Amino acid sequence: MINPVLSVALPIAMFLLSLAMFCCLIRILRGPAAQDRVLALDCMYLNGMLFMLVLGIYYSSSAYFEAALLIALLGFASSTAMAKFLLRGEVIE
Amino acid sequence: MTEQILPLWLDIFISAVVVLGALVALIGSSGLLRLKTYFERVHAPSIIATLATWCVMHATVIYFSVQEQKLAIHALLIAIFIAVTVPVTTIFLMRAALFRARRSGEKVPPSLSENSESRAQAAAVQCGEMEPD
Repeated sequence: MINPVLSVALPIAMFLLSLAMFCCLIRILRGPAAQDRVLALDCMYLNGMLFMLVLGIYYSSSAYFEAALLIALLGFASSTAMAKFLLRGEVIE
Repeated sequence: MTEQILPLWLDIFISAVVVLGALVALIGSSGLLRLKTYFERVHAPSIIATLATWCVMHATVIYFSVQEQKLAIHALLIAIFIAVTVPVTTIFLMRAALFRARRSGEKVPPSLSENSESRAQAAAVQCGEMEPD
């Protein structure tokens, strides 16, 4: 990383994103109902996806883009499946 | 990959956009802790899905376009995908939470889709013609 401003700003952004993921983690552990935990997990995978994009800029490599895309895809699928489970009691009827 | 130094103004611009995106993500996530009820908290991830994702996506697109000397808009794919899927997830989670709240006897708005009778009753309650029971 040789750009002077980016090499300072990207670790700050990563720190803020980890703090955001920590907020979600507290809600996952404390959440009074199951839907709170699912919502916090949904929020957490969005933060993780943003973290992957920032890492991709930091290491200047496109390989992190695929990781971010996978997190986005599987996060959507898992959140939908868990919401379906909360609604019906089973995922595939 | 040959790494090159960006011009300083572009450096500052990308840094500002990335930090803004991370800050917005932090604000949205702290909403999960600060808001009181589930039906307020369900709005929190959408702030990440809209502003934070689009900020980081713009930074990624600009950085890789300059770095590789060609248009690199693959990060736009993630932003569009997130913009399409997060409302779907929110609606599903909201329906599940409403269903569970109704079943456990909490005071939530009546269902509109079960049958026409309850729908008519709900409409009457909403117009103020009938007292909710």
